[in-house]
Amino acid sequence: MAAPGTADFRTQLQDWLPKLVLAPSLAVTLLFVYGFILFTIVLSFTGSKMLPRFTWVGFENYEKLFALPAWHTAIANIAIFASLYIVICTAIGLMLAIFLDQKIRGEGMLRPIYLYPMALSFIVTGTAWKWFLDPGIGLQNVMRQWGWESFTFTWIKDSEMAIYTIVLAAVWQTSGFVMAMFLAGLRGIDNEILKAAQIDGASNWQLYRRIVIPLLRPAFLSAFVILSHLAIKSYDLVVALTGGGPGRATEMPATFMYSYTFTRNQMGIGASSAVIMLMTIAAIMVPYLYAELKEKK
Amino acid sequence: MRGFFGLKLTVAAALLASTTMAVAEDVEVLHWWTSGGEAAALNVLKEDLATKSIGWVDMPVAGGGGEAAMTALRARVTAGNPPTAVQMLGFDILDWAAEDALGDLTTVAAAEGWDAVVPAALQGFSKHDGKWIAAPVNVHSTNWVWMNKAALDAAGGKAPETWEELVAVLDAMKANGITPLAHGGQAWQDATVFDGVVLGLGNDFYKAAFIDLDPAVLGGDQMAEAFNRLIKLSTYVDANFSGRDWNLASAMVINGEAGMQMMGDWAKGEFVKAGKVPGTDFVCIRFPGTQGSVTFNSDQFAMFGVESDGAKAAQGAMASAIMNPTFQSAFNVVKGSAPARTDVPNDAFDDCGKKAMADLATANDSNSLFGSMAHGHAAPASVKNAVYDVVTAAFNGSYVDGAAAAAALATAVAAAQ
Amino acid sequence: MSAASQDTAVSTGRVTRTFLYLVLILFALFYLLPLYVMGVNSVKPLSEITGGNMMALPQIWTLAPWRSAWSTAQIGVEPTGLKPYFLNSILMVVPAVAISTVVGALNGYILTKWRFRGDTWVFGLMLFSCFIPFQIVLIPMAVVLGKLGLAGTVSGLILVHVVYGIGFTTLYFRNYYAAFPTELIRAAQIDGAGFFRIFWRILLPVSGPIAVVSVIWQFTNIWNDFLFGVSFGGTSQPMTVALNNLVQSSTGVKEYNVHFAGAILAALPTLFVYIVAGRYFVRGLMAGSVKG
Repeated sequence: MAAPGTADFRTQLQDWLPKLVLAPSLAVTLLFVYGFILFTIVLSFTGSKMLPRFTWVGFENYEKLFALPAWHTAIANIAIFASLYIVICTAIGLMLAIFLDQKIRGEGMLRPIYLYPMALSFIVTGTAWKWFLDPGIGLQNVMRQWGWESFTFTWIKDSEMAIYTIVLAAVWQTSGFVMAMFLAGLRGIDNEILKAAQIDGASNWQLYRRIVIPLLRPAFLSAFVILSHLAIKSYDLVVALTGGGPGRATEMPATFMYSYTFTRNQMGIGASSAVIMLMTIAAIMVPYLYAELKEKK
Repeated sequence: MRGFFGLKLTVAAALLASTTMAVAEDVEVLHWWTSGGEAAALNVLKEDLATKSIGWVDMPVAGGGGEAAMTALRARVTAGNPPTAVQMLGFDILDWAAEDALGDLTTVAAAEGWDAVVPAALQGFSKHDGKWIAAPVNVHSTNWVWMNKAALDAAGGKAPETWEELVAVLDAMKANGITPLAHGGQAWQDATVFDGVVLGLGNDFYKAAFIDLDPAVLGGDQMAEAFNRLIKLSTYVDANFSGRDWNLASAMVINGEAGMQMMGDWAKGEFVKAGKVPGTDFVCIRFPGTQGSVTFNSDQFAMFGVESDGAKAAQGAMASAIMNPTFQSAFNVVKGSAPARTDVPNDAFDDCGKKAMADLATANDSNSLFGSMAHGHAAPASVKNAVYDVVTAAFNGSYVDGAAAAAALATAVAAAQ
Repeated sequence: MSAASQDTAVSTGRVTRTFLYLVLILFALFYLLPLYVMGVNSVKPLSEITGGNMMALPQIWTLAPWRSAWSTAQIGVEPTGLKPYFLNSILMVVPAVAISTVVGALNGYILTKWRFRGDTWVFGLMLFSCFIPFQIVLIPMAVVLGKLGLAGTVSGLILVHVVYGIGFTTLYFRNYYAAFPTELIRAAQIDGAGFFRIFWRILLPVSGPIAVVSVIWQFTNIWNDFLFGVSFGGTSQPMTVALNNLVQSSTGVKEYNVHFAGAILAALPTLFVYIVAGRYFVRGLMAGSVKG
């Protein structure tokens, strides 16, 4: 009587153990992620100003939000920024990975140099970047001191061009990381496939275009996901480089949301912009996650 | 970590208990005064409290005129764990009071007679519903122009007293080959200049536009004229102005690269630190057309609601120490501002400081002391930032003329209310 | 991963190789530029910085800015330098990284080797948490921490970082363990090994590369965090908040050399982690997260 009982209990425990171990993670995710998202959605329909206050105002915040010119600037900026940032990072990352994969001497030294920017926050490198981009101190000044008198680089002072300096700094920070992802993908490709193609007379260019790059599809996808979430979250670098200026020319959704929620005491509008951001993220991520997870069943 | 701190506190408490009978608790102070001079001035306060056996738990959060600090504060209050005292500006204090988050200093204030010595315009931010909620540390006035004496002499030598004279001096400086106006293109700096421009068009106009937020005035002809003047001023800055910190702009005036800077009294510290003497090396004047009036901002320590009697006692002691005339004098000499009470002797202050105190007293007596829009003392944060948006856009040439900017201002302010 | 060889089959000529090296070195210079500017200006006296060339080497070398940033610079009311905040950061980062990595490993193990109905959904839910912008969770998080009595404590900060880290660590470990043959687990089960025993004896020993990835990622993210630190750190503020106080002070002469020295000091641990563990990083990525 007793023996089978304990055995049963043991098997049952073994059955339940994995779920028990996983449960806390799921619980905190449900509360701290989905609960908070729900909270934000509710907040976006309230007239909250300084602290959350649950007075219902319907879609008023959304109407106000889309009437604000700065929000449209923010949307236009994130579109320019994200597309350039993702494309350039991917291109540079892929190029560097392919180049580094050619039995380069000193790879062990170059790799950490490419990677280290990812280790630094813009609180650390912000001043250096500001200097570098400032015409009076930075690149322009250095070039002129070195004799190139007509050299001009005033993007950061120009409302039209300032957003591109943000792209530049963002590419600096993450392209090395993307390189590492591609390099890992390249190293994972079986050499026999390449050798076979070479025997068939494919040129290096054809080899990469037809065979290697298609094989890197998972790396492309991972890079895309990481880059797009970094792009949407980009906050630190805007604050560090331009503070949203000149004027509000480099306002981004994340900076917009932060300023309305925390410095302008219009938490309702801040929340509604957050909801729009979350919906955008979901629109990009959910199909990707769905495809990825389905594939692996 | 928790345990470590806990232990330290216990030991400290034990020491205290053994030496004195007082049961005062520590004060936790959130502030953004982290630069050398300011922190040194704050240390005076800390030492003073230490003599009353009140410990100081420091929580400095610098950045953006307190923006980061206000975010941290919001998290602390939401979590039900506010600091004892928080450095705060203008309408933020009243907004927090409206949220019922602040404590009550009325007992201390009544005992020490604050009502009689603090200018009424300041009391507007230190009191809510008749209760004292904050202790003002200083009064900054923002409608100053700082000029390089040599550059002014080269441009005719007479300090401008009207808008036309100002434009003439700026033109002369431009002809002399220097940057006429040293400026940093950050929203609050643009707005600081604009405060002066608006005040220069008359006290009534400033009050109707920025204090009463009258939509007709905000979008009216006079506002259009104000924006035209701002746009005019924007033609006198160098190409490199965008994003520049204000102290770098001051440096341009100090070393003669630029002629003048329109900035609050804190700029004086930069000149003095560079070894410049008021009157000989540089000139401080009120923004042309605003002599006799003052736009101010005032750093105050807002006292948050605390539970225990010990904490309340410590809070009261801190407020009392802040209002002490000796501290007010010592702090403001360092900071470049004027004391927040009118009965502080001016012996320790320099010429510009004495002028600031005299101007403040005059303005206070003649009802021409106004809260600065640029520094959150004229309207709540949402309106202030809406004004920032339009002013900055105008300064950066986004509107065809002043009338278009004035129309945009009226819309933006309406949307923010 | 053992099948992949470390070199490629592509052959290149002399001209091409020169070009490759040129491009690679140019990019290396680009990546190094900000660090160079910070480094070189952190050992100059302030007088050389104002009005000088930001690229120029110092005429007078000085370590005074470093000493000042570390132990005497004004961070708050007291001129403490960054030193005390360093410890605060360490005490927060180490437990947070350890906990989130262990939890991620266990989650990855369960989601690949102890699959159940709806496990993909659970994973998808957890994964989406990687993409939530931190600014939006600030206020509700403050409410929760306040209710738990953890507001303004290091434990509270650790909790926050673990919560928003497990999405990433779970992702890494799940993809890594997915490639591990499930038959070995089944065999061990038949031999009577239990849940934890299998994890401890079979999976953990081969988890090195992905653990490195997870630790690097978490360490960097948590060390560099400012928003949570300033909001929930209370009086034990982390290094980034102190650095911000040093750099952002509102009035007075900006001591750029001290700022740069402080910035490098604040970044040293993450730089160290990247450079020391960097070689395992690509290996770890290769083994797990990229192949999917």
